[in-house]
Amino acid sequence: MDLGYVSVQLFNGLVNGAFYALLSLGLAIIFGVLRVVNFAHGAVYMLGAFAAYLLLQQFGIGFWPALVLAPIGVALLGIVVERLLLRRLYGLDPLYNFLLTFGLTLFLQDAMRLRFGIQGQPYPTPDELAASVALGPVSYPVYRLFVIAFSLLVCVVTWYVIERTRLGMVVRAATERAELTRALGIDVDRWVTAVFAIGVALAALAGVLAAPMRNVAPLMGSELIILTFAVVVIGGLGSIVGAVTAGFLIGVLASLGAVFNPAFENVIVFALMAVVLLLRPAGLFGSREAA
Amino acid sequence: MKRVLALAMIAAVVTAACGAAAPTGGASPSAAQVKLTDGKLVIGVINDQSLVYADLSGKNAVEAVKMAVEDFKAKYGENALGGPVEVITADHQNKPDVASSKAQEFYERNNADIILDVPTSSAALAIAKVANDEKKLYINITAATTDLTGASCNKYTFHYAYDTYMLAAGTGKWVTENVGKQWYIIYPNYAFGQDMEKSFRGAVTKFGGTVIQSDGSPFPNTSGDFSQLLVKAGQLKPQILGVMQAGGDLVNVVKQYNQFKLGDQGIKLAVGLLFDTDITAIGQDQMAGIVYTTPWLWSMDDQAKQFADKFLKRTGIRPTFAHAGNYSAAWQYMEAIRRAGTDDADAVVKQLEGYKFNDFFIRNGNIRAEDHWVMHDALLAQVKPASEAKEKFDYSKVLGTIPAETASRPLADAGCKK
Repeated sequence: MDLGYVSVQLFNGLVNGAFYALLSLGLAIIFGVLRVVNFAHGAVYMLGAFAAYLLLQQFGIGFWPALVLAPIGVALLGIVVERLLLRRLYGLDPLYNFLLTFGLTLFLQDAMRLRFGIQGQPYPTPDELAASVALGPVSYPVYRLFVIAFSLLVCVVTWYVIERTRLGMVVRAATERAELTRALGIDVDRWVTAVFAIGVALAALAGVLAAPMRNVAPLMGSELIILTFAVVVIGGLGSIVGAVTAGFLIGVLASLGAVFNPAFENVIVFALMAVVLLLRPAGLFGSREAA
Repeated sequence: MKRVLALAMIAAVVTAACGAAAPTGGASPSAAQVKLTDGKLVIGVINDQSLVYADLSGKNAVEAVKMAVEDFKAKYGENALGGPVEVITADHQNKPDVASSKAQEFYERNNADIILDVPTSSAALAIAKVANDEKKLYINITAATTDLTGASCNKYTFHYAYDTYMLAAGTGKWVTENVGKQWYIIYPNYAFGQDMEKSFRGAVTKFGGTVIQSDGSPFPNTSGDFSQLLVKAGQLKPQILGVMQAGGDLVNVVKQYNQFKLGDQGIKLAVGLLFDTDITAIGQDQMAGIVYTTPWLWSMDDQAKQFADKFLKRTGIRPTFAHAGNYSAAWQYMEAIRRAGTDDADAVVKQLEGYKFNDFFIRNGNIRAEDHWVMHDALLAQVKPASEAKEKFDYSKVLGTIPAETASRPLADAGCKK
């Protein structure tokens, strides 16, 4: 086995892992505070990519502003959804949330399909990142290196916000013991909307990052979301560190597996999930309660 | 009494109106007397209406068939087929089991006389089996597998527009002779991709090239990532990267191929199957220069454009070859019924076998009796830069024609035993 080839494959794994990490990070935050498994997360990722496409197509706004504007736009939509719909279901069985977000997924996918067709829309790589650099034996796209660096940065910032700010403190407290936090006089509900908005903004951000390298199509999130759920389960439902670590870990393992046989890429994720569920039902970093 | 009179008058008026609309020209008197076995003709269209192939055929393929029926009646009169014509449709979601049960339902419960379209090779093969069991007609347009006229061929199945052999005979030959001889082939690992790999390997070898290696990618590819195969391509350094993926997978491969700048390293791209809808998704300039094989292009000549204009007016888009192929196949089927004087499947098969024809879609057509492959010319086309496009869907220009004989798999290789 060629070592240079394997090391390049490591970078490919980190790129895939970056997407898993961003998506499962959002899922983890939302689940932690709202106890909602946001099934619409894949559709939100797709909306992020389409938002970038529309900004470019309709207003000539390029990749860099879109990296900020698209997540904000999608977060606003998230706020509306939380206020109008999700909020009404908090007292009920979690199954209702699941049905609602699943329904939202179908609605969003079909709405985009009606407008843009199924096959997808083009999105160029930003000029500044279009080059490629020598990485061992192959030339590697700068854009991919940017995706790794940028998503790591986002994960670190998110970690900082959660560990070092008041919002983060509430999130951590509510994740661990929601009732106790309330009992201590903290208005958890006030922060719920903000947390949901941040969670979906992260997914939308992943969507914008994906636009130059993946097909921007209505169903682009529907397949990725399945893998993301597997990542969240492996990392531990509701665990923020677990989501990010498992995201990158799975990306790398799947890509290295593909060196031996391309089909391993899909198999490894679910094999690992089965093993983790057997040995540590709460996930690698999960608390027993969240399981 | 008054009522009876009124009814009689209405009846008279209706009959007169119908009479006036009846055969206007072109219809031979013998063909006017079609007797339908169950009083009406039912045409079923089964395809993908919600997933990856929904744009390239889908609902608009159903529209194309309806257009054909309307135009047929306009030409030969309302009673051209001796009864009403109904077009029914179903979504097979690209699943062979769904396709199979829908086909059964169509033939048995809806009395469908024929099934058209059916993209996705695995689903297409499933329906071929049902057609044979039910002894009803099936003309496949949008699937690519050569097995429809090979290992899985049967008396009632016809393959109309294209197959992997045609694509390889066009693209594989041209690229090997003009661009490079060393190929690395990547393909989606299911019926379609495996058949593409086999056909391209055959064509490349036949015309003096070599396939250094070929690799299957998981299908469906959930991560949307093809970097592993592209990095491998960078290492193998073939002259040609032959990409057999279709639809969304193809878009992902080409986007990532461009990012890895493999073209700058002298690894040129060859695409096995390309629809206009793929070019929309990737971007015309990203694809400019790519040479590919297609049975038909809407901009190829005036006859094709005429249809494309009508189609644009009705659907808002220019037709893909799948749309045009569905219209053409429905039309030729109805013509065969008129020649046979009945919609009885065996009689129609007899009329179709060995039939030679030309229309806006099929050029130098010949329905091979032995395996039911519809021989016809194919086109070698090249995607042009957006700056040369005259309108929104003007993506490609014709480089040359591949004669029907060259574009068709030799009978000896088909291995069809009906």
